[in-house]
Amino acid sequence: MTRPNFDAARMLGHYRTMSRIRAFEEAAEAGQKSGEVRGAVHLSIGQEAIASGVCVNLAAADYIVSTHRGHGHSIAKGADVGAMMAELYGKAGGTCRGKGGSMHIADFTIGMLGANGVVGAGIPIAAGAAHAVKLRGGGEVVVCFFGDGAMNRGPFLEGLNWARIYDLPILFVCEDNGFAATTRTRSLSGGRGPDARAESLGIPAMEIDGNDVQLVDETASGLLSAIRAGGGPRFLLCRTYRLKGHTAHDTAPYRPASEVEERRRHDPILKCREALLLHGVPAAELERVEAEAKAEVGSAVETARRMPWPDQSIAWEDVQDVGAAQWR
Amino acid sequence: MAVMTYLEAGRRALEEEMRRDPRVWALGEDLGRGGVFGQYKGLQETFGPARIVDTPISEAAIMGAAVGAAMVGTRPVVEMRFADFALCAVDELVNQAAKARYMFGGQGRVPLVVRQPSGMWRSSAAQHSQSLEAWYAHIPGLVVVCPATPADNHGLLAAAIRCDDPVVYMEHKDLWGLEGEVPEGAEPTALGKARRVRAGGDITIVTWSKMVHVAAEAAAMLERDGIAADLIDLRTIWPWDREMVLGSAGTTRRCLVVHEAVQAGGFGAEIAATVAEELGVKVKRLGAPRLPVPYAPPLEEACKIAPERIVAAAREML
Ligand SMILES: Cc1ncc(C[n+]2csc(CCOP(=O)(O)OP(=O)(O)O)c2C)c(N)n1
Repeated sequence: MTRPNFDAARMLGHYRTMSRIRAFEEAAEAGQKSGEVRGAVHLSIGQEAIASGVCVNLAAADYIVSTHRGHGHSIAKGADVGAMMAELYGKAGGTCRGKGGSMHIADFTIGMLGANGVVGAGIPIAAGAAHAVKLRGGGEVVVCFFGDGAMNRGPFLEGLNWARIYDLPILFVCEDNGFAATTRTRSLSGGRGPDARAESLGIPAMEIDGNDVQLVDETASGLLSAIRAGGGPRFLLCRTYRLKGHTAHDTAPYRPASEVEERRRHDPILKCREALLLHGVPAAELERVEAEAKAEVGSAVETARRMPWPDQSIAWEDVQDVGAAQWR
Repeated sequence: MAVMTYLEAGRRALEEEMRRDPRVWALGEDLGRGGVFGQYKGLQETFGPARIVDTPISEAAIMGAAVGAAMVGTRPVVEMRFADFALCAVDELVNQAAKARYMFGGQGRVPLVVRQPSGMWRSSAAQHSQSLEAWYAHIPGLVVVCPATPADNHGLLAAAIRCDDPVVYMEHKDLWGLEGEVPEGAEPTALGKARRVRAGGDITIVTWSKMVHVAAEAAAMLERDGIAADLIDLRTIWPWDREMVLGSAGTTRRCLVVHEAVQAGGFGAEIAATVAEELGVKVKRLGAPRLPVPYAPPLEEACKIAPERIVAAAREML
């Protein structure tokens, strides 16, 4: 079935962004298996439509705050894939000079205020960034991404309430992939869900299929317009599924293979591809986009491999200004 | 010079910094009504509710929002009401504020001040009396300040607000009413520099916050017996003024560290160990027993250090 308001160029843009994220995640997974990518790596494979659909509606000056599963958000916001891969490889040219790794990717030059190793911690930080925007009378918006598991942490309540009472320009995007690490979130959460919790605090909330990139794009566009018009915070619950384990090492034995197989049919990239073909975009065009994404990431990996380690002297940099040379 | 209280000195410093720099703002519970101790009195009338922000009882969000707001270019002054309540915001302070700049490779400066009124005051008991400066001194990325006088509560708070690092600023609740001279129009007091309260060649006494005044009494008592103490008010716990402390202890060959906080694992241990390692001179610590602070006055006394105990400890070292 063809879709109303189908904008082939915009959808092709999503196909490109999602393909770049997918290629990045697959390379990160391979790097982890080979031991070149260290630490914990959380892949967003299967959730790419949310990052792409939301971030396409942001300007460079707008801000995002991300999570431990943040590669997709960064790429969609415009971060340099080469610098990101170098960061995963712990190399000198990484976004964080090799001091953060996967869980701490940040790029302040594009308003990406950081992934976070602490579940839910980004919520008050995002609210604070929005508070600062309002304080200085700016027109930027803040998007705060988090997982369904975060709804059970205190900062979820405190941060959402904060955004409401100060009427802040912020969009909360909850990516409900069904799991909090290895546990089904629903089994440990009271009430009707994160959107109901947001509504109980007076924040208008919507629930959508987060694997439908056109729907995510259109919905986010509407919500961000309302926010930009001074309407205060909004909450978007995106239903999705984590096609890989919690981390790149997790084989996810806690869920049946049949469930994953079934969910694979709802892969957001597959759905986007079907829609594009249906609307007459040639398959060759899509293959070209995929090939470009793979080539870009492939060369990012090669560059990261060849790049030098950071000089050990930088371990002593950027701790603090006062007492900068005092270690003991 | 003007004579004012420690509380008023802090209030003035914030007011002056807010006038100087429009990026400075303050947030915390009940600030519009002056804050629980009156340290913010009149400021909301002057600067409006957007810059003196009344917050809900959401310590994690207060700290977390300050981190986000600092990252995008404002300079928040966070009020935690009591240091004890700041423990509800430790992730935001320790994992976020203190780490952002480093783990993001130099991006993400977090210039904020978190005011944490500390110490024993009016029988406030176990959850409103703690002195936890050593915890924060342990965290790379944080600056920790414990002012002891009105002049310092003015000069150090101004310096903390101008500092680009996250600063844990611990005012002592029992000093709010202390009066003293505060120089007008002075530059902020340098962070990381101790103050020599009185000079002497027989024993070095290092202390900070309210204990500066107790130790000064002890030093006066020692003087009557002909013992000259070199009394140092550390002022900044991290970075601490190694130069002044080691210089003094190198001369006196004796170093006594006194603090209100629990002695075990307290910051006095760090100073004593450093002095012993570097100089091999006699060291001693005096801090509270490892007890939750009790309520009834005679019980609370068990946690306090009287000047006589400092005198006795000093005598033992001579
Ligand atoms: C405060 C805190 N508790 C526990 C963890 C360990 N942990 C990391 S990710 C995760 C699951 C988070 O689930 P969710 O928020 O739904 O995000 P998802 O992993 O599904 O993207 C957990 C428990 C953590 N990082 N932080």
